[in-house]
Amino acid sequence: MENSEKTEVVLLACGSFNPITNMHLRLFELAKDYMNGTGKYRVIKGVISPVGDAYKKKGLISAHHRVIMAELATKNSEWVEVDTWESLQKDWVETLKVLRHHQEKLEASSCDPQQDSPRLERPGRKRKWAEQRQDFGQKELLEPKTKDVPKVKLLCGADLLESFGVPNLWKREDITRIVGDYGLICITRAGNDAEKFIYESDALWKHRNNIHLVNEWITNDISSTKIRRALRRGQSIRYLVPDLVREYIEKHDLYSPESEERNVGVVLAPLQKNTAEANS
Amino acid sequence: MYTLGTLIYTAVWCQLSNMSYCPHEGRVATAVGVEVPDKMKSRIPVVLLACGSFNPITNMHLRLFEVARDHLHQTGMYKVIGGIISPVNDNYRKKDLVAAHHRVAMARLALQTSDWIRVDPWESEQAQWMETVKVLRHHHSELLRSLPQTEGPDHGRAHSLAPTAVPELKLLCGADILKTFQTPNLWKEAHIQEIVEKFGMVCVSRTGHNPKEYISGSAILQRYQHNIHLVREPVQNELSSTYIRRALSQGQSVKYLLPDAVITYIKEHNLYTGDSS
Repeated sequence: MENSEKTEVVLLACGSFNPITNMHLRLFELAKDYMNGTGKYRVIKGVISPVGDAYKKKGLISAHHRVIMAELATKNSEWVEVDTWESLQKDWVETLKVLRHHQEKLEASSCDPQQDSPRLERPGRKRKWAEQRQDFGQKELLEPKTKDVPKVKLLCGADLLESFGVPNLWKREDITRIVGDYGLICITRAGNDAEKFIYESDALWKHRNNIHLVNEWITNDISSTKIRRALRRGQSIRYLVPDLVREYIEKHDLYSPESEERNVGVVLAPLQKNTAEANS
Repeated sequence: MYTLGTLIYTAVWCQLSNMSYCPHEGRVATAVGVEVPDKMKSRIPVVLLACGSFNPITNMHLRLFEVARDHLHQTGMYKVIGGIISPVNDNYRKKDLVAAHHRVAMARLALQTSDWIRVDPWESEQAQWMETVKVLRHHHSELLRSLPQTEGPDHGRAHSLAPTAVPELKLLCGADILKTFQTPNLWKEAHIQEIVEKFGMVCVSRTGHNPKEYISGSAILQRYQHNIHLVREPVQNELSSTYIRRALSQGQSVKYLLPDAVITYIKEHNLYTGDSS
C-alpha cells in the first residue's frame, strides 16, 4: 500500500510518568513497529501526556518535575514528544477528553493554510468542499478527508486495559468512545489475558478491530513503582531510566519516603468524580 | 530478603558514610588517595568481572553490575572498587558472534558514561579461546600488580596493606551460569572449584532459574556457597542479546534496550542485519 493510502496515526500515552522509565519509552517503539508493520498505518508522532496533580494518586510528585523528566527522556527522540496541556489543567481531566483535545488540535492544524506539509497545502474546510464541487474529476482532488487528518490512538499497557474493569474508575460511555471513536494500542506480555478481557466485555468486543494487542515478547518490568522503591532504598536505577532523568532525580532529590506519602488517604480523582456523579 | 536489621543498618550507613549515589561524585573511593569513612575502610575491596559474548552489550548487562554492587554494599562486608567487562575471544566460535573488535568497541561506547566499569580486551586479543578461570587469574594478578605500595603519603590509612585490604576479584554473571556448571564437559571440575573457592561469584537472578537449586545440586557449590552471592534483581528483565539481534535483523527498534551510542555504532557498521557472513 502506498504511503498516501495509509492512515496516519499519532500515539498518545496518558499516565502518571512518576517517573518516566525506559519501559514507557519502549511502548512507543513497539507500537510504532507494530502499526507500521501492518501496512495500513503510518505512525507520525508519539505524545506523552503526564497527568495533572489533581489526579491525587499516592506518591504523585508535582507535574512540573514529571513533565521535565519526560522532556529529558525524549530529548533524543525524533518522533516522541511531551504535551503539557493535561498537566496544566486545574481539575483532573478524563482520558477521553485528552484524546479529544489532541484529535481536535490535529484537525485544526490540518485546516491551517499556513501549515508546512510535505504534501499539497491543505486549504480550509470550507474552501476544500467548494473546490471539490468545482474541481470535479481533476487529478489534484484531495484524498478523502478521513485519510488526511491523522488519527489519535491511545497507547497503553495491559494494566490500563484491565483497569477498565475497576468500578467507578472509568465511565462506561467513555470506554465505549475511547475504543469506538479513537482506538487502543495495548502492549502486553500476556496476550491471552488481554484477549480474554476483551472477549468478556461487550463494549470492548464490539470495537475489537480498533483494539490492537501488541505482544511484548520479553518481559521488561521497569515500573515506576519499582524505580521509586529502589531510590528510597539507595539502590541504583541506572540503565532503567534515561541518564538525564536519573541525574535530574538525583539533583532534585525527588523521591523519598515523604514523597511516597503524598495523597495518602485522599480519594483518587476519577473515583471521587464518578462516585459523586453516580450518587447525584 | 532484607531483615529489619539490615534495613536499619543500611539507613544508618547511608547517612554516616557521606557516600552519595551520584556517579559524578564517584560512588566509592578508588584504591588510592581518597578519604574513606571508617566503616568502609574495613570492608573487603571487590572488583567484578563479567565474561561473555556481549554480542551486543545491552542495558541488562550493565544492570548486572549495578545490582551486584548494590547487593555487595548492602551486606556491609564489601566495597566494590571496579567492574570489568571481558568480551569473549572470536575463537569461541559461537553462532552469529561478530568480530571481537566490534564487540569491544560497543562495550566501550556503552561504558562511556560509567565511572567504575571498563572494558578489557585482553581475553579477546589472545590467540585462542581461554577458560574463564584463566581470565580470572589474569585479571586478579593484574589487580594485585596495580595496588599502591606502602611507601607514599599517609592518607590516614594503615601503613601497611592489611590482609583484608587485598582486593578480591569475583565473577559476575546471571544465575543461569550456575546451571551450565552441570552440563557435562562444559566446565572442568577443577576450574569450577577454583572459581568458587579462590575467587567467588556474584549471580544475578533471571526468570526461570532457581539458583538455590543449582547450588544444592552440586557438592562443590554447596561447600563454597558462602562465596556465591545470589542477588535478586527486582526488575524482571528477559532482555537478551539474542532478542536484540533478532529485532535488528527484522528491522525493529531496539531503542532504550541498549545505549544510543551502541545502536548508532551497529547501524554505522551494518552489524546484525541478518545477512550471513
